[in-house]
Amino acid sequence: MVKLIINRLLQGLLTLFLASLIIFGATEILPGDVAEAVLGQNRTEEALATLREQMGLNRPAVQRYGEWLGGMLQGDLGTSLATKRPVADMIESRMWNTLRLALLAAAFSIPVALGLGLWAAMRAGGALDKSLAMGTLALIAVPEFFIGLILMKIFAVELGWLSSSANTRSYYSFWQNAQALTLPVLTLGFAVLAHMMRMTRASVINIFSSAYMEMAALKGLPKWRLVLRHALPNALSPILTVIALNLSYMVSGVIIVETIFGVPGLTRLLIDGVTLRDIPLIQACAMIFGTVYIVLNLTADILSIMSNPRLRYPK
Amino acid sequence: MSDLDIPAARASVFAGLRLTKTAIVAGSILLLWVFLAFFGPTLAPHGEAEIISTKTFAPIGEGGLLGTDKLGRDVFSRLLYGVRTTLVLALITTIIAFAAGVTLGFAAAILRGWFDIVVSRIVEAFMAFPSTLLALVVIGALGTSIPVLVCTVGLVLSTGVFRVSRALGMDIGVMDFVDAARARGEGAWWILSREVLPNAMAPLIAEFGLRFTFSILFLSGLSFLGLGVQEPAADWGLMVQENIGGLFLGSSAALIPAGCIASLTICMNLLVDWFQQRQQGETVLEKIDQ
Amino acid sequence: MTDTILSITDLDVRGRPPGGTYVPIVTGVSLSVKKGEVLALIGESGSGKSTISLAAMGFARPGCRIFGGQVVLNGRDIMTLAPPERHSLRGREVAYVAQSAAASFNPAIRIGKQVTEAPLWHGTADAATAANTAFELYQKLDLPDPEHIGSRFPHQVSGGQLQRLMAAMAMSCGPDLLILDEPTTALDVTTQIEVLKAFKSIIREQGTAAIYVTHDLSVVAQMADRILVLKDGAVVEAGETDQIIHAPQHAYTKTLMDAVTPKVRPVQAEPKKPEIVLSARNITAGYGATTILRNVSVDVPKGTVVGVIGESGCGKSTLARVIAGLTPTREGETQIEGKTVAPSVGARDKATLRDCQIVFQMADTALNPRMRIRDLLGRPLRFYHSLKGRAQVDRVAELLTLVDLPPEFASRYPGELSGGQKQRVNLARALAADPKVILCDEVTSALDTVVAAGVIALLNDLKDRLGVSFMFISHDLSTVSSFADDVVVLYAGRVMEKGPAAAVFQPPFHPYTKLLLASVPEMRQGWLEGVAQTDEARAASASGVELTAKGCPFANRCIHAMRDLCETTTPPDLVFPDGLTIACHLAPDALPT
Repeated sequence: MVKLIINRLLQGLLTLFLASLIIFGATEILPGDVAEAVLGQNRTEEALATLREQMGLNRPAVQRYGEWLGGMLQGDLGTSLATKRPVADMIESRMWNTLRLALLAAAFSIPVALGLGLWAAMRAGGALDKSLAMGTLALIAVPEFFIGLILMKIFAVELGWLSSSANTRSYYSFWQNAQALTLPVLTLGFAVLAHMMRMTRASVINIFSSAYMEMAALKGLPKWRLVLRHALPNALSPILTVIALNLSYMVSGVIIVETIFGVPGLTRLLIDGVTLRDIPLIQACAMIFGTVYIVLNLTADILSIMSNPRLRYPK
Repeated sequence: MSDLDIPAARASVFAGLRLTKTAIVAGSILLLWVFLAFFGPTLAPHGEAEIISTKTFAPIGEGGLLGTDKLGRDVFSRLLYGVRTTLVLALITTIIAFAAGVTLGFAAAILRGWFDIVVSRIVEAFMAFPSTLLALVVIGALGTSIPVLVCTVGLVLSTGVFRVSRALGMDIGVMDFVDAARARGEGAWWILSREVLPNAMAPLIAEFGLRFTFSILFLSGLSFLGLGVQEPAADWGLMVQENIGGLFLGSSAALIPAGCIASLTICMNLLVDWFQQRQQGETVLEKIDQ
Repeated sequence: MTDTILSITDLDVRGRPPGGTYVPIVTGVSLSVKKGEVLALIGESGSGKSTISLAAMGFARPGCRIFGGQVVLNGRDIMTLAPPERHSLRGREVAYVAQSAAASFNPAIRIGKQVTEAPLWHGTADAATAANTAFELYQKLDLPDPEHIGSRFPHQVSGGQLQRLMAAMAMSCGPDLLILDEPTTALDVTTQIEVLKAFKSIIREQGTAAIYVTHDLSVVAQMADRILVLKDGAVVEAGETDQIIHAPQHAYTKTLMDAVTPKVRPVQAEPKKPEIVLSARNITAGYGATTILRNVSVDVPKGTVVGVIGESGCGKSTLARVIAGLTPTREGETQIEGKTVAPSVGARDKATLRDCQIVFQMADTALNPRMRIRDLLGRPLRFYHSLKGRAQVDRVAELLTLVDLPPEFASRYPGELSGGQKQRVNLARALAADPKVILCDEVTSALDTVVAAGVIALLNDLKDRLGVSFMFISHDLSTVSSFADDVVVLYAGRVMEKGPAAAVFQPPFHPYTKLLLASVPEMRQGWLEGVAQTDEARAASASGVELTAKGCPFANRCIHAMRDLCETTTPPDLVFPDGLTIACHLAPDALPT
């Protein structure tokens, strides 16, 4: 089993490496280069040449890639072209906001999705199951921003219970902060919850058709024991995969939610960076997103391996 | 369960499907939209960009059939114009995704070895980026033209299609009839096109439907961020985004196109479910209660 | 009457696919089982025997439903009980032993916990008593290391042991009725004996009534007191074991018995040695790091059937794949008509590919379900002989007739054919190439006995008519002995014995061959008691199959094994005048007889 885990870790590193190549390559092929972006309208041929010389843009791509990567690994994320500040500083404050949003949404959606999915699987075919199926279908069919808008309309505009902008301040009380964050968290959570619930349900029902489930039933065991004692331990692996998959949906959804509710997170930074062709900023943000996703997947895979008794206790 | 002799599946992909009420309703709605994709603009009472009233965000009934939008344009007409844009874009991107994803996926499954390892790793690296992020960067850099939009979304979708087709290809690839073909001396092309593909049609069709809905949602999300179809075109996603302001003024100009998107995706999902005949069989838990 | 544990009257069970309508599976079936009695339900697939056995627990599988009938267990009609009450009887008064222990044990929970789960839940014992009962059961069932076997996981234990553990799990509550649903079908013949013996002794000892479901008639002869013959969901004949086996009344029962009775081979005069059409020489092959076959050599003379027998894991399927070129060899070569052929299929020319065809075991997966029969047969005709149009259509019809199928089948899809019919199409496809030799990889193993007998008859017929040679790979000794001319015995990837069938099945034997022959149940009661007692059987069941790099792989289970010799040195080939070859260290006159 240890060999498998190490194997998987190495694969993850490889993917990370490839991702960094893609990011660097993508920004390389963008039309126009950094120098042009910096000088903007005022570029003359000489100014461009001098700046390129200064910024070291004339060196071969491979060398620049190496430096960029090396810098990343040491924590130096480059210097923003627009603000001239270290990218790391700019990201730091924003990152916390994005992370908090994602963590809260995950904390809300994962237990609810798993619980509902399990419950629906237990009562497959029943009225609850069917209505949940309809409900989640509606949720996954609707664009995410729409969910956000509806929630905003109902709770912020009509009822006025919650705020439509997610600005939190350190001097706000806990409740004020909670008020600000509720809608974004709910929006992000709902979108992912529907997918997770459906997939959990499907995975668990799949396990129900195994021969050992029938055997356990024929021993006279009650339904709750069949599900909790016999099905669940075997459902860990597929459920972990489901969670990992959906967390990556979430990383995508964060971008939309932050836009709707004006959360001061990484998204704004990224969008600004793209508009201004702030290459180091784009590269750093993309690298962060990519790393988070790869690490999530890796964790899910490794946990999956560890939860397989055939691998934990070999012959 | 040898005792339960279920009649063997017929060879045609569509054989054995029983029409259910859900399928009929969902199918009809989809057909309606397809019809409107062709004839919408002809049936629209007003032009796509025509301003029909000075009253912006007029509620339903006033101004136009479904009210007016932020510029005073007729929501109903723009809706009809928008069917075409929405459906056509989604269709093209899904087709691109499939052409690339299925070819590479099957090839990886059958050829295995280095090809499989390299392509799988590259696809995985691409999938490491949230789709929206990828689109953000590419479109932000290359501009918001339709070809760029279509190619980017197609690329993003193709990673998922690759995974599914590779898995399918491997599942089918280990069947004995593929070995029989290999033992006969058939080449990779024959095996892929005549042995593997026909047996993968049903799941691939279902996957096409699902990717189609994802494409619609993704495209509308991009429009919302300003990266998709640009004004003054009448794309449903764009219509939602531009009329958000009206939400707070009591206008439903943003809700209606969103509702239409939802109807499209819900119906497609239901149809795909029906196609896969995912009528839930009983589980062993239910048998305990009988 | 009071010792009738179970009495089923007029059972009516129907089943339906999701979204479909109910079709009958079992109709009007009645039976009864007394205390201590073993009732066997025999029939082919689709006969409803499994469904009936589950109905004894008042249970129907998902998709099925018990529509009518009384099931009186210990005096109570359980069909009139409320579902929860009925459910509480399961595991307690009546227990179930499934076909595949490997699939029926929860892979994530330790064995002991699963064995004691039922008594603990039903409250028939406390933790200490339950553990104790389990331990005693392990001992009675002859399981190795009864102290600790309960703390292992299912995947850490062998198939035969797992099946016995399942019996322990079923007996843990001391049920009045035990249902055994094809419990040894998935096991090797040599493993089967120990399991059957264990089952029989524990049933006798506890005085449990039992229903034994199987399609294997010789096993039935060992285990059952009475037999119920089933066909298409209805009872065809019922009676004492002795009567059913030796004096069947119903035509169907007679067909069944006939299909299982070993046929006597006509003794052939010693023919001139025909030329060798296929020769596998010194094949060593495997997958990845594991080597499955070592130094295997098999010759197939023209117009003969060479039977390759062995149990699971012996590498017989690998041998077929290697010869066909689907799996590469590490050492050794294959020769067709004296010419060496390329080891992998990609490098062979069409003529070579044509000469050697392979037919697979599972007809369901061997035929592309999306192609019509005429295309399935047409392709090889086109590929090898460039036959098109009218000529192809005619030849397809000829091929179908050759395998005893109506030419109208050409327009059908595989899904519309039965198992036996599909296998015939499989054969026809191989014949389409006009091959010199056909490799049959367990082609009858997945078929019902009667259907299989038909296919074997067809193979014989084709051999005589067309002069095609066959390499017939199987684990079923009786089939091979009835129609093979030469036999090769494989064990753990090595050839143990080979030669003319008559010589292989008569003494002297290789120790493994002796064990194999002794393990095949005979159709007479009392055989089981006799065979399980021998030293050979004990030695054989003490350990499992091991693939060894040197020495004789059978050494760890052989009572004649000579320490330090059999484990380290590859045994020499002892050649006998009638063409028999045995690979053993024993002197020729010391070989088992």
